[in-house]
Amino acid sequence: METLEPILSKHPFFKGLDKAYLELVTGCAKNVRFDAGQFIFRQHEDADVFYIIRQGKVALELSPPGRAPVTLQTINEEEILGWAWLVPPYHWRCDAQALELTRAIAFDGKCLRNKCMEDHSLGFELLNRLLPVIGKRMEATQLQLMDVYGAKK
Amino acid sequence: MTNEPRIIERNALNRLLEVLVQEGYQIVGPTLGEGAIVYGPVQSSEDFPAGWTDEQEGGVYRLKKRADKALFGYVVGPHSWKKYLHPPERRLWTGQANGTDFELTPEPIESTRFAFFGVRSCELHAIEIQDRVFIHDDHVDEDYKARRENAFVVVVQCGQAGKTCFCVSMNTGPKAESGYDLALTEILDEGRHFFHAVAGSPKGAAILQQVEARAATSSDNAEAEETVQKASQQMGRTLDTAGVKELLQENAEHPRWDLVADRCLSCANCTMVCPTCFCSTVEDTTDLTGDHTERWQKWDSCFTMDFSYLHGGSVRASTKSRYRQWLTHKLSSWIDQFGSSGCVGCGRCVTWCPVGIDLTEEVRSIREDKLVPLSSKKEASNGNA
Amino acid sequence: MESVQRQNVMLPSPYRVHRVHRETEDTFTLELTGKDGAAPSEFIPGQFNMLYAFGIGEVPISISGRSESSGGWLQTIREVGTVTRALHRMKRGGVLGLRGPFGTGWPIEEAQGNDIVFMAGGIGLAPLRPALHVVQSKRDQFGEVVLLYGARTPESLLFEKERELWRAKFGVQVKVTVDAAGREWKRNVGVVTSLVERTSFDPDHTVAFICGPEVMMRFSVAELKQSGIPEDKIYISMERNMKCAVGFCGHCQFGPTFICKDGPVFRYDRIRRFLAVREI
Repeated sequence: METLEPILSKHPFFKGLDKAYLELVTGCAKNVRFDAGQFIFRQHEDADVFYIIRQGKVALELSPPGRAPVTLQTINEEEILGWAWLVPPYHWRCDAQALELTRAIAFDGKCLRNKCMEDHSLGFELLNRLLPVIGKRMEATQLQLMDVYGAKK
Repeated sequence: MTNEPRIIERNALNRLLEVLVQEGYQIVGPTLGEGAIVYGPVQSSEDFPAGWTDEQEGGVYRLKKRADKALFGYVVGPHSWKKYLHPPERRLWTGQANGTDFELTPEPIESTRFAFFGVRSCELHAIEIQDRVFIHDDHVDEDYKARRENAFVVVVQCGQAGKTCFCVSMNTGPKAESGYDLALTEILDEGRHFFHAVAGSPKGAAILQQVEARAATSSDNAEAEETVQKASQQMGRTLDTAGVKELLQENAEHPRWDLVADRCLSCANCTMVCPTCFCSTVEDTTDLTGDHTERWQKWDSCFTMDFSYLHGGSVRASTKSRYRQWLTHKLSSWIDQFGSSGCVGCGRCVTWCPVGIDLTEEVRSIREDKLVPLSSKKEASNGNA
Repeated sequence: MESVQRQNVMLPSPYRVHRVHRETEDTFTLELTGKDGAAPSEFIPGQFNMLYAFGIGEVPISISGRSESSGGWLQTIREVGTVTRALHRMKRGGVLGLRGPFGTGWPIEEAQGNDIVFMAGGIGLAPLRPALHVVQSKRDQFGEVVLLYGARTPESLLFEKERELWRAKFGVQVKVTVDAAGREWKRNVGVVTSLVERTSFDPDHTVAFICGPEVMMRFSVAELKQSGIPEDKIYISMERNMKCAVGFCGHCQFGPTFICKDGPVFRYDRIRRFLAVREI
């Protein structure tokens, strides 16, 4: 477990985090891998984990009934996958599928959010880092909704 | 060239017109028509609106009888000389298909030599403003240039101003100081009726020489000067132009634009009567065989929805944005583009607005309640930093 | 060209369609030479021509390059209206009318010795392509070269072969993303701005050229600024309704500028305040 701490301390997501908190976070982290095509999580399932992608590419998908799955966004190396673990009701909002062999660091979100309930400073630190991820994703969705490249006729 | 002022008696004015015709000019000037004083072909001085004047206010234009027989005893009508220099419709070229190929033939350059008779000082400035657009900018509109070079300009100085006039504010009148071929001042005094005439170009001097006239006395000169002076004191409107460029650009989100938009009908009248508005569109008309086509240039207005059409929608969809574009262009960005205001203070847009929107009032409102105080611009930005 | 233009700037000259390249379902490229097959004049990457379909009308289209084989101008066009539909129907050997080239271009000289970031959205890659050709021709005079390209769907992506060439042969960091895709698409999905942080360039020595829909350019400028590129090193290509292309018709006004002669390529800091005003 100690081997992950130097990696995490350098990652932008944890930059500036208190050493004690970093140790706590590291305690909830482990290395995982997903094969190409493997689903990392599915919509509506409990969201009890989140990831930093170290290698590979993950697609966030929606599968509307009777229609082909649509990829909304791809998550690449160094990026954060998953925010629903800290936002009630803690359910995934879409599917996540590895597009290629993907290695990631997985964090026990359930454990972390319980810690956040006890220690609001930790809660603030993590929310403060996660909200920009959600904000960016929302902005991207707005841009996609505007369909700026679409041809109006 | 002699610059000595001459006096032409009223009954000798026709001689001036005859000389102009002899010199090959087609005279256009003020005539009665369309319930207004409009510019049209003039054969003799009898065609001028003798004894008529115009009463103007925001949204109001009325012809009225004068007590005298003045020929130019009015202010300005809905027309301006741009209809001759930059016509409302002009064919640019015709095209003929030839299998998969085609041939385009440009319209010949306009060769009519117009004599504009009765040009006001504000109108002369308006012509010079359009010169900057069509002749002195990056590209030259050869047709406009030819019309302009061919034109002979007879100014008739203003002897009165209207209630919508503000040329004094815009520094464009009422006295035309240069840029004309001939400048007349019409004087009616104790039963006398004559024109004080000054040549402003060798062309003008050559014409004046052929007209029966006597040298002006110093009292004639004084009387002519007094006539224009009187007009300058009758301005019905004023516009404070100090810092107006920045004022409008920095107040693009001023609530006043919403208020004026509630009244504005987007009818485009102001742009049609404005002597400097130059915007145009092109229309292609093709016959039923599809083999013969023509391209026409037509006056356009920034008040229409189509004007800013891009990829399925209008950039300026709201009336607010279109009025703001017009006024900001006229008084502000025109200065960036062409080095002068686009407004000459003729008041036509105020008079001919169906709901009497008054640009001088709009500017005043924004100035009195500006979002960004002009004088404290620096402090404000420092304060925010 | 200049002397011919002086005669009558509103009169299109005949050009021959040397070839038609199909790019996507609604986008095509016309290769244009003089009627006699001669190569047309020089142009500055970023400039545009007014293309005239006989009896239909005229549209402004950016020059998207020069054909290596015929020397003709390339004009990449998306069918969106009556005139572009007529142009889409043009066949090899056909004749169309053309006025131009008009407007300002990408200041490539300014980027020499620096890194250079191209950001393209949709058909916006076309006006940037000739600038990329220049960079390609003297690649050693530039540092990092980045092309970030966003489009609506995988099917609407343009110039795939060239993008691959730039990546593989000319050391260009090419990153592509689409707004939405099916599962068969294994590459990036998301907005073009998300690509910025996945590339490497030195923000203190970078010039950026952006071309795409106005909304996309606003977001792209914001992202590039956040990455540290100063506003006066960012250039964007603007678009407005245009009839004459020479400053007579008034249609393309944007604040105090005319897109046709002061643009279409502007330095961002010079038009920032007008971009911030809605419906200007």
